[in-house]
Amino acid sequence: MESSLATPPAAPPPGGPQIPSNATKGAVEGSATWRLSDRIGLAICWALGLLFCAIAVAIAVYLFIQGIKYLKPSMLVTPAAAGFSEGETGGFSDAFVGTLIVGVMGMAIALPAGIAIAVWLVEYGRPAALARVTESTIEAIAGIPSIVLALFGTVIFSNTALAFLSRSNEGVVFGRSFFAASAMLSLVALPLIVASVREGLHSIPRHVREASYAVGKTKAATTRRILLPASRPQVATGAMLGLGRIIGDTAIIVVLLGATQNFAPVGGNFPFNYLRGAGTTLTNFVYEASPTGNLNQPQKAYAAAFVLLLMVLALNGAVDIIHRRARKVGTWSS
Amino acid sequence: MDEEFSPEYGPRWSDKRVEQMLGALVCAVVGLLLAMIVTVLVRGWPSFAHNGLAWFGPGGSVDEQLNTIFLSGESGAHYVYTFHAWPLIWSTLLIAGGSVFIALFSALFVAVFVVEFAPEWMSNILQPVIRFLASIPSVIYGLIGVLVLVPFIGNHLVTEHQKASVAGVISLSGYSLLAAITVLTVMIAPLMVSIFSDGLRSVKPGWLEGSLALGVNRWRTTWKIGVRTARPAIVAGTVLAVARAIGEAVMLAMISGSVGFAPNPADGAIFIYEPSRPLAPTIVKNIDQLSSPPSNATLFAIATVLLFSAAFLSLTGWAARRAMRKYGAA
Amino acid sequence: MTTPPPPIRRLELADAPPAQVVEAPVHSDSSLPAAPGGFTGARRSIGAPQFSIRRMEIDDVSVSYANRDAVKGVSLPVRQGEVLSLIGPSGCGKTTLLRSLNRLTELTSTATLTGRILLDDVDIRLIEPTLLRRRVTMVFQQPNPFPMSVFDNIAYVLREQGSRRQRKKALEPAVHSALDRAGLFEEVKDNLDHPALKLSGGQQQRLCIARALAAEPEVLLLDEPCSALDPQSTQVIEDLIVKLRDDVAVVIVTHNLQQAYRIADHVAFMYLGDLVEYNSATALFGSPREQRTQEYVSGAFG
Repeated sequence: MESSLATPPAAPPPGGPQIPSNATKGAVEGSATWRLSDRIGLAICWALGLLFCAIAVAIAVYLFIQGIKYLKPSMLVTPAAAGFSEGETGGFSDAFVGTLIVGVMGMAIALPAGIAIAVWLVEYGRPAALARVTESTIEAIAGIPSIVLALFGTVIFSNTALAFLSRSNEGVVFGRSFFAASAMLSLVALPLIVASVREGLHSIPRHVREASYAVGKTKAATTRRILLPASRPQVATGAMLGLGRIIGDTAIIVVLLGATQNFAPVGGNFPFNYLRGAGTTLTNFVYEASPTGNLNQPQKAYAAAFVLLLMVLALNGAVDIIHRRARKVGTWSS
Repeated sequence: MDEEFSPEYGPRWSDKRVEQMLGALVCAVVGLLLAMIVTVLVRGWPSFAHNGLAWFGPGGSVDEQLNTIFLSGESGAHYVYTFHAWPLIWSTLLIAGGSVFIALFSALFVAVFVVEFAPEWMSNILQPVIRFLASIPSVIYGLIGVLVLVPFIGNHLVTEHQKASVAGVISLSGYSLLAAITVLTVMIAPLMVSIFSDGLRSVKPGWLEGSLALGVNRWRTTWKIGVRTARPAIVAGTVLAVARAIGEAVMLAMISGSVGFAPNPADGAIFIYEPSRPLAPTIVKNIDQLSSPPSNATLFAIATVLLFSAAFLSLTGWAARRAMRKYGAA
Repeated sequence: MTTPPPPIRRLELADAPPAQVVEAPVHSDSSLPAAPGGFTGARRSIGAPQFSIRRMEIDDVSVSYANRDAVKGVSLPVRQGEVLSLIGPSGCGKTTLLRSLNRLTELTSTATLTGRILLDDVDIRLIEPTLLRRRVTMVFQQPNPFPMSVFDNIAYVLREQGSRRQRKKALEPAVHSALDRAGLFEEVKDNLDHPALKLSGGQQQRLCIARALAAEPEVLLLDEPCSALDPQSTQVIEDLIVKLRDDVAVVIVTHNLQQAYRIADHVAFMYLGDLVEYNSATALFGSPREQRTQEYVSGAFG
């Protein structure tokens, strides 16, 4: 048989016929079959990988250094105040509490809704056209920029029917409050929760559900008692990721929570009066304290950014722990 | 004793009822999305109606036009809607396009590296690094950009001569295209790396092993078979990244410059130092103008453009993925 | 009596010993006694092998995965012009031995190999793995055509061999000939752009064989190629394998004794990592030397 293509002859390695030690994964096969373009490609891979690491380390180190330099624990409990130099302007306790508030309120809406939608998609899903539309809707919501969600929020919450959720001034509903911000922030977290819970429910094999139906349980009971508890890792992961997105979002806060640095309660009843009023969160505080905003207090900005970063890292760490614990427990047999 | 059952009436939460309730919730969410699209469009319509297709074109200073619009609304007299958004659109294209282009190639190489060629210790470092970068809030990227990168560019990269050459028109103070593209690239690349890596990992190992067993080296196997099979994931990741880049408002508001200026490639080297302001940050910067009706319409018009770009991107991605399904298990 | 054997492609090593040409064992099918175990099907060999040239030598090879011995001290010759079948119950190490022939075992980091394997009298560990795998190609149990068209599957292999990018027209003859040798050309010639994944199972496996042949190998390894296929496809592929034995040395792993009986010229029976018996097919099935072989062949265990 003729070969129309030349096969390059193999060259024995220098130094005589040494038997090489056993090869492992990752060993580059050698020079003869790797063309120049292949080797350049591998070099680019290494260079970019190292560059990523370098950038991440630089960002982390810089934030940590600046944060530790400027963060005083008192800042977390002192509200912001007017002052001439940075040292006199107090802290950002309102922003810190504000972040916690929107986190809790946003998740209070997003988590049940997300679980419900995911359950419907996986367990029910009829008619099929509605299921497809729903999937596309969730994907679309994930792709909408949060600034657009914020603008839409202004329309909804300026409606006089919802006046009780924010401040009104001579018949003009202001439309900015913790309620408004949390409602739109829940949309930001929703797709992440839905995706995660869906994955969890899908990973449960069919025979588990069939076993439950076979003893007469309804689908609802099966879901509530068996399937959702079994997907706890994925639900928790989705919740953590969603929460991370919520506390990291700035655009919705800037638009729907107002440009103040302190709480501005409205009306009389605690805690409703705070939630109806405007306020701030860490992200908004960082934005305002940076040169772009109104305050120009870079030191406090670094401090607030550092606190925010720690919160996000804590959430990431929680996701990691959940994953590691889930792997130890093991998976379904089928 | 099973509390879900009451002896006379059957289960309290019957499947049918639960299904209806959940179905109602799902319909509500779909309805919410539709309401959003309709509302944004309706609110922005006056701006489009008054400008026609010229809305997208060039013509005059965007900042002046926004100011005029706002003032006309405040005064309650005849509303002015004149608005030509081309500088904003051009800035968006430049910044989003530039950063996605760079991020796409970087992310592809890094994903290939992480999945195939990195030694174990290196992968173990890179995975958390990428997750860390992906989870940093955008405002923190903006903060670092404005406090570190912008001064660096303004003081060390742009020469005095260059600043003087455009002194009358704009100021090259570091709030620039370069800063915006750099930070945006670092922001969206980790997201793309995760999606690409997932795509590469889901390639059937039988194909990769088959290719190796035919005498193709690991690099070419990974690219010709692995990356080729993972093309749908690559498209999906890119679409997501572009949507993110277009919609990024706050970070870009902090570092791209507050001037509605259209960077001009014909300016030569200073092109990358010119300030700009894409569509999304424009909304954030002018959010105080919402109370004035014509400004309100203008801002909603910009939001409409953002919304429909995101939708259009999704559609393109979906179509591309369908076309790729011809030959294989996509 | 027959066409002369094709020229051997070998390495130019200064002091390599000449290749050994072994005389083919002489036997005729009609004088076969009925094999024990009830093999009554006719042996499908198209006559006895006309010649055989020693291509690979497996010399006291042991493979272990992280302290578990998969293959212990096996020595076998692999010859062109005949079909060598490795048989044995599950877990006996036959697949591991097969994969060590083209150094696929090295992809597992916990695998260690001792002993020597020679290809044309050169230790395969001295040959670069990628080049080795072009000379010793493998077909797997599950058909794994790439997610491309039929043409591109074969062209993929051919393009990797050359140093410059080949145009489609230049590759067409080679692609057609590879498909022809695999007996697939007639069925796909009308539309070579048909997606390979849409072929039937048997066609996909023949495509994989065509792909393996396109690399112009000296040795073809087959790892239970028919176990995922229906009987008709199996028959087609078995005929194909026997036809190929003149061009390449064929080593086939199979757990199907009847298949081994049908197509093998030499058989190696392995059990728990040991090579129990190596003999010509007629001898091993007809009058096995070892007690364990006798038991396995007659179905006492498996």
